[in-house]
Amino acid sequence: MSVANNESVADIKARNKELIQEVLKVYPEKTAKRRAKHLNVHESGKSDCGVKSNIKSIPGVMTIRGCAYAGSKGVVWGPIKDMIHISHGPVGCGQYSWASRRNYYIGTTGIDTFVTMQFTSDFQEKDIVFGGDKKLAKIMDEIEDLFPLNNGITVQSECPIGLIGDDIEAVSKAKSKEFNGKTIVPVRCEGFRGVSQSLGHHIANDAVRDYVFDKLDPNKAPLFEPSPYDVAIIGDYNIGGDAWSSRILLEEMGLRVIAQWSGDGSLAELENTPKAKLNVLHCYRSMNYISRHMEEKFGIPWCEYNFFGPSKIAESLRKIASFFDDKIKEGAERVIAKYQPLMDAVIAKYRPRLEGKKVMLYVGGLRPRHVIGAYEDLGMEVVGTGYEFAHNDDYQRTAQHYVKDGTLIYDDVTGYEFEKFVEKVQPDLVGSGIKEKYVFQKMGVPFRQMHSWDYSGPYHGYDGFAIFARDMDMAINAPVWKMAKAPWKDDSQSKLLAAE
Amino acid sequence: MSSLRQIAFYGKGGIGKSTTSQNTLAALAEMGQKILIVGCDPKADSTRLILHAKAQDTILSLAAAAGSVEDLELEDVMKVGFRDIRCVESGGPEPGVGCAGRGVITSINFLEENGAYDDADYVSYDVLGDVVCGGFAMPIRENKAQEIYIVMSGEMMAMYAANNISKGILKYANSGGVRLGGLVCNERQTDKELELAESLAAKLGTKLIYFVPRDNIVQHAELRRMTVVEYAPDSAQAQHYRNLATKVHGNAGNGTIPTPITMDELEDLLMEHGIMKAVDEGQVGKTAAELSA
Repeated sequence: MSVANNESVADIKARNKELIQEVLKVYPEKTAKRRAKHLNVHESGKSDCGVKSNIKSIPGVMTIRGCAYAGSKGVVWGPIKDMIHISHGPVGCGQYSWASRRNYYIGTTGIDTFVTMQFTSDFQEKDIVFGGDKKLAKIMDEIEDLFPLNNGITVQSECPIGLIGDDIEAVSKAKSKEFNGKTIVPVRCEGFRGVSQSLGHHIANDAVRDYVFDKLDPNKAPLFEPSPYDVAIIGDYNIGGDAWSSRILLEEMGLRVIAQWSGDGSLAELENTPKAKLNVLHCYRSMNYISRHMEEKFGIPWCEYNFFGPSKIAESLRKIASFFDDKIKEGAERVIAKYQPLMDAVIAKYRPRLEGKKVMLYVGGLRPRHVIGAYEDLGMEVVGTGYEFAHNDDYQRTAQHYVKDGTLIYDDVTGYEFEKFVEKVQPDLVGSGIKEKYVFQKMGVPFRQMHSWDYSGPYHGYDGFAIFARDMDMAINAPVWKMAKAPWKDDSQSKLLAAE
Repeated sequence: MSSLRQIAFYGKGGIGKSTTSQNTLAALAEMGQKILIVGCDPKADSTRLILHAKAQDTILSLAAAAGSVEDLELEDVMKVGFRDIRCVESGGPEPGVGCAGRGVITSINFLEENGAYDDADYVSYDVLGDVVCGGFAMPIRENKAQEIYIVMSGEMMAMYAANNISKGILKYANSGGVRLGGLVCNERQTDKELELAESLAAKLGTKLIYFVPRDNIVQHAELRRMTVVEYAPDSAQAQHYRNLATKVHGNAGNGTIPTPITMDELEDLLMEHGIMKAVDEGQVGKTAAELSA
């Protein structure tokens, strides 16, 4: 389906630059000027992708971003399974995000784990007028009565909490005292704060620092016997089991995983993490803050890794092993060797079906760069990528380690721009979210959801790569696409058209 | 409904809005007008002189007790006082919690939806000190109060507040049709007060509709939770309020779009009348000790 497979890099760059100009043409002058800063064609050798990021979206465009509440409740805190997370405010924010991230976990839901349950203070008009602190206190009492095995509570603020000035810190403090020092964390993640979900990640990280770490008794003996090989997985939300297929590799190479942040994670794991010898960080964007804090305060080094596709997995296992002794280094080699035949078999099966296929991505935290290696292992090429809520350090990492010369880069892409780009570039696959999926499928473009793995997964680790390869093949080579062309249309001039 | 006049009293906190408005409305009631007072202050004391008591059952407190405002009936919140003046208080949260502004919006919507304004000649809104947020601007928005009376005095801050309120009226004047009915000066016995009030009115593009002289009888009446019009109907002060009521009534719903002035212009006005002395720019920000040195 791709057009112009024989283009030179110079041709591609010229075409992409022209495409950006064409897309900007529809905007009013001021908007075009602002959006132009977020769109670029990558030049290899540059230290970043040459786009502005982490700036307020323009009113009137369809942005794909979320809010600070989504960043805290949905991403960072939500997966902590043995705590109850109250969506504090009117019912909608909690109700419509209910269990929408596939953070798998082990436990008995409603007894000792609560991830897929929805707790909300369901604000009514009187709570806005008279304040909701009393209601919040009552909810905490009810939680203690109904779910006595909960290990803690977080208060995830929705917009009105910040507008009416409720004192959730005072309620949390009083109830914590009343419940014998139970961890109760007020989180000021009101949706109107910041420009995207990114600030919510930061606020949630800070809440872990202030209400989990700072409450720990430094003289208290750890609840486990520390070993020299203790690591914590940071920034893996266990979408479809990602953290599990990552954890086994670390364990096989001889490390001991003492905490998962935050997929299938628990409060005790958060509390144990200051005893780790190394923090291994998958999603840099959402958890670099707490990693840096642990480095400063507890002297724990941290190391970014990438478990998508065998090339990046091997690179990452060696990088992680470099922080440890020869036993672990040998362990890493052993793990890489062990899975090599499986990887060879996966590639032998799928690469011939996927070779040369072009992909365009638009996702969140780390995936717009991290999955590029996995596609390349299958002989595919990522020709365009962009982030919903990246900062410049994400684009630096993308430029220095991932994207090829001439790649189309689009930060905080608008619905219009994304449709136009796909229409003109004609990739074989688009990887983005649920809101984008049907737009592109209706255009006849194969699509995979790259937030939820389209209800599949895991995609991390060696096991995950086998599933990833199968899913991409399934999307691209499904026989349905042969039937998507109207028989009365001249196929020789087939052009994809956006559903306008 | 076409003859319904919706008016509101605004002004700096403590200027005597509630006292002036209740006395004026009592005098209007004497003239045979059917009056509804809507108190929009969380303190809920806008109808105290008419009812001889502070209204305990505010719309918002009853709504909170019943569950929501939809659970209330108009009779639950409406009280009748002096000369059949009907009174409701919006009420609101205790200081420091919740959102009183949202409470005002909730209350006014409730009153409108339940036909509280049927069969009234006047609806009067009494709003707290300043237009601090959108909620307290509710009475001057579309289809609410059409004439605003600003209660002020010759004091600098009262004039400053009057100018600020004019800015609020200007904001809604074009979208909603609200007009400034005029200024009411509540005498504080400051220097050249009448002259100054008239000058400010001229600057704001309106007129001083009445100058209410200071009289202790107002305090005597207040202590007895009564208006002067009721407490001492034959007093000179009661007659002043009747005069003011006649002026308001005679205004017949007319008013102007105010022309608020800048802070500098306001200071110039005070200097013009010798209330404020011109200060050398070099002296700004200097303490007394520094100046004498």
